Amino acid sequence: MKIVAVAGSIMGHRTRTAVDYAVKEIKEHYEEVAVELIDLSEYQMVFSDGRNYLDYEGDTLKVTKALMEADAIMIGTPIFQASIPGTLKNLFDLLPVHAFRDKVVSILVTAGSPKHYLIPEQQLKPILAYMKAQVVQTYVFMEEKDFRRKEIVSDDILFRIQRLVEDTVVLTKAYAAMRKEKEDQYGF
Amino acid sequence: MDAYRIDQKKGMEFGLYTLGDHIPDPHTKERIPARQRLKEIIELAKLCEEAGLDYFGVGESHQEYFTTQAHSVVLGAIAQATKRIKIGSASTIISTLDPVRVYEDFATLDLISDGRAEIVAGRASRVGVFDLLGYRLRDYEELFEEKFELLLKIQEEERVNWVGDHRAPLKNAQVLPRPLEGKMPIWRAVGGPPASAIKAGAQGVPMFIAMLGGPASSFKESIDAYRQALTEHGHNPEDFPVTTAGGFFAAGTTQEAQRMLYPYFNEGMKLTNGRGFPKQVFAQSSDHRDVMNVGSPQEIVEKILYQHELFQHQRYVAQIDFGGMPFSELRKNIELMATEIVPKVKKYTKK
Repeated sequence: MKIVAVAGSIMGHRTRTAVDYAVKEIKEHYEEVAVELIDLSEYQMVFSDGRNYLDYEGDTLKVTKALMEADAIMIGTPIFQASIPGTLKNLFDLLPVHAFRDKVVSILVTAGSPKHYLIPEQQLKPILAYMKAQVVQTYVFMEEKDFRRKEIVSDDILFRIQRLVEDTVVLTKAYAAMRKEKEDQYGF
Repeated sequence: MDAYRIDQKKGMEFGLYTLGDHIPDPHTKERIPARQRLKEIIELAKLCEEAGLDYFGVGESHQEYFTTQAHSVVLGAIAQATKRIKIGSASTIISTLDPVRVYEDFATLDLISDGRAEIVAGRASRVGVFDLLGYRLRDYEELFEEKFELLLKIQEEERVNWVGDHRAPLKNAQVLPRPLEGKMPIWRAVGGPPASAIKAGAQGVPMFIAMLGGPASSFKESIDAYRQALTEHGHNPEDFPVTTAGGFFAAGTTQEAQRMLYPYFNEGMKLTNGRGFPKQVFAQSSDHRDVMNVGSPQEIVEKILYQHELFQHQRYVAQIDFGGMPFSELRKNIELMATEIVPKVKKYTKK
């Protein structure tokens, strides 16, 4: 199983810190999973101009290809202006319409205010659904008080991240098994 | 229909087209050399002619895993290797070519082939060709519309005066040679949604519509919109043919056809489009309402007749060679077309 964990912003460090914890959790407890971390601040991405993702070059091609080849994707996102950051939306725009078909996608959110709690529900999940993802319904919502520099200091959040990783892996396995059972019946 | 060399008394025309893809066989992972692939395409056109098919089309795609970038050259070889079958593009990316040069090439092809050449002008789905030939992708739509209009103008006027944004002006320019009968069919290639079909109707040009998969009834919307646009712009839909193009594979049973085709289709899609074709969707292609013509010969005949009932189209062109399909299988499919499929389709679609 291949999981790509994305830190979806090029600003700040809390989203990256949360994603780091998720990656560490996968590495420590799930031998069968190959995990790759993509921090968008480390890549030079171009804006989507509508072409097939294979027609991009450099970092843009590298990142989109990694996502297309993943079985599951963990998306870390901050909340900017009551929505997801443009960098993350651009990543979605770079991919084909049904890019997340047969993929499980889970969400880690960092926000400056608890008032943003429903933003992923209202703004991120509809995009993932449109792109045909199997979404892990529960997400981990983190606020500034849960962090101290590059460390998560809330046990509640740590436990939630553990459960989110577990749900991501379990759902990916379950979905693959369900699909295999059905596809074996097709006879082609 | 005479202007487009189509005689509906003989029944719906039946043809083949290739995108000239050059993909490893998914079972062996081996890829035949480009030289062999090109020669097999020419051989395929000869087999189509021997089988009594009406049309053979070659497309151009300018990226990895394709080999007919110079599709008009390939068509030149096919013109020489055949005597009767109509030949054309599927499609010519007019956006990134010079319409003058395209017209010269295809008019020449028309003379060499004794009046068998046609142009199908499209816009490209993959866009590597824009960088390769030095065009800006942001001009995607304008490049096509302007150059397609120029192509039509060259057909109508032997001396052309023209000014546009994407090519040097033409002053009293004579574009030679002229096709055998003065004109040759020029089609507009469109994808699924109605918007492009409506433009074809407004322009008063025949429409070549690609149908990858999905319910035939969805494509009927585009065809109806095309004919309505023709009427609204003062054209008679009875004068303008429609070609439908899509995947085809025949075998003894539907299950056998699906089993044989799926790996080629799926792996080919992964390499050329960056994602495979979902099994769940492919499974639905066995339903007679789905446009993909996969199944036993009898089922395919029923599907094509069902599509004809909906679309009232004048030509169907099949794609059978996608994804590295071995030549031996192509030969078998042409045989099935010739013996069990085409005669029945023709019989029931004669007017």
